Amino acid sequence: MVDLLKGYNVEKLKSENLRLLLTYSFASLSSHIHAWLISSMGDGMAALVSEMLIVGICLIAFLVPLCFFLGYMERKVAAFMQLRLGPNRVGPKGSLQIVADTVKLLFKEGLTPTASDKFLFNLAPIIVVVTSMLVMAPIAFAKDLQIWDLSIGVLYVTSISSIAVIGILMAGWSSYNKYSLLGAMRSGAQIVSYELSIGLSILSVIVLTGSLKMSDIVMSQSNGWWIFKGHLPMWISFVIFIIASTAEINRAPFDLTEAEQELTAGFHTEYSGMKFAMFLLSEYINLFVVSAIAATLFLGGWMPFHIGHWELFNHIMDFIPSSIWFMGKTLFIIFIIMQFRWTFPRLRVDQLLTLEWKYLLPISMVNILLATLIAIMGWHF
Amino acid sequence: MFLKDYFGVIFKSAKSLLKGMKLTGYYFTHPKEILTEQYPDNRATLKMADRFRGEVVMPHDENNEHRCTGCQACEIACPNGTIKIITKQEVQADGKKKKRIDTFVYHLDLCTMCNLCVVACPSDAIIMSNDFEHSVYDKKTLKKVLNKPDSKLMEGVE
Repeated sequence: MVDLLKGYNVEKLKSENLRLLLTYSFASLSSHIHAWLISSMGDGMAALVSEMLIVGICLIAFLVPLCFFLGYMERKVAAFMQLRLGPNRVGPKGSLQIVADTVKLLFKEGLTPTASDKFLFNLAPIIVVVTSMLVMAPIAFAKDLQIWDLSIGVLYVTSISSIAVIGILMAGWSSYNKYSLLGAMRSGAQIVSYELSIGLSILSVIVLTGSLKMSDIVMSQSNGWWIFKGHLPMWISFVIFIIASTAEINRAPFDLTEAEQELTAGFHTEYSGMKFAMFLLSEYINLFVVSAIAATLFLGGWMPFHIGHWELFNHIMDFIPSSIWFMGKTLFIIFIIMQFRWTFPRLRVDQLLTLEWKYLLPISMVNILLATLIAIMGWHF
Repeated sequence: MFLKDYFGVIFKSAKSLLKGMKLTGYYFTHPKEILTEQYPDNRATLKMADRFRGEVVMPHDENNEHRCTGCQACEIACPNGTIKIITKQEVQADGKKKKRIDTFVYHLDLCTMCNLCVVACPSDAIIMSNDFEHSVYDKKTLKKVLNKPDSKLMEGVE
């Protein structure tokens, strides 16, 4: 990096500092790193593998503090909604509480039950975390900051996120515990059902954008977000997406996978120590992922708030960095899902399936027809 | 008709869910509503509710006089034998002998703060105080005598 910067005129850089800051794109950084790796390692496997490693390390370095923050946020939001104060002893305003909890989990004994299937038991948390991290690949975090902009981005997201159920079923099955097995079975029924309405509500956006590529979906919202451009069908599919994705990531009110009063802790009853922390980590990563996808599909991802041809207004909005737009929208949806958790009572299994098969699925089927009609007739803005 | 019921259920449930979210949203945006007392920190300013039942006390006035006639109604009312009243015969100014309390023994370690003794008392001699910091190192110190030394029955209380 230092070698690359040597060629630049320092004075010119200073005068252009502000402009650079405002129009900053991560593309230049990534292309610099790419060029440097190619020049030092040659255009072969070594450069590719080291790029992958850098991306992986950056992702973990982003995700772990994010999960700490989400854990803290969840506890504070829960507390305020229940007229409590929440953690306020460790660190300023209790912000280091999650760090303390993690340290506690690190020192706990990672127990493996004698009668369990040890290989699957130890594999399950890894699968759960890896699948939730894999889904991060096509998400556009900011302008030009995307790990892998593949042409079937949304399809990739839906297909990978359904692998997570294998990890959960594996954990429940291998624990040799009735509670775990029941929780895992419920999770299977739940994820398989709600996948349908997630798919259909995503499809209604795809119909309008005409592309599965994440960057295309974001760019198609440069003159307004789909939730505003697409009239009523987009609102309906946004609500359905939020409900179904809450069920998909097993959060309350759809948390009958781990329903504490009935099944102690569901599929992770037998897990302790770091293996339990992996499940916790994957829960928060999943929460972030579904919120990020909802933000990308319906609220324009990193795209600032633009209204049609109001050039001046759009230009002012562009001054806010794209990463702040993305994180703001994602945190807004995360907050809504957290509010769901601390407001609504848990559904029974029959109510859960009734909600999906009698209400969400028929509505989203009619909704996709409406969205198609809008797309064909060109009624959207 | 079917469609009417179908959408009726959807709108009704959406309405009730939004009502719940409105309430939690209100609580989230109004931190003044928080009920948590940060107890050991706010010990100086802590104000317990008036009806909070901490322990049984016998109020004395400035002349060291109480209102207990020694009728033992509280002792009978107590479900677990917390109160024991020992009486004595006291010669009055006009030469008559009258029953007065000698010691009002109160076992705090047996008390469940049920308030029955206070309800039973005909002369309002005992009340429940707000003090709840009862932890001690020796169980024997929980046996208390409620009437102060040399205290007398208040004039006019029978």
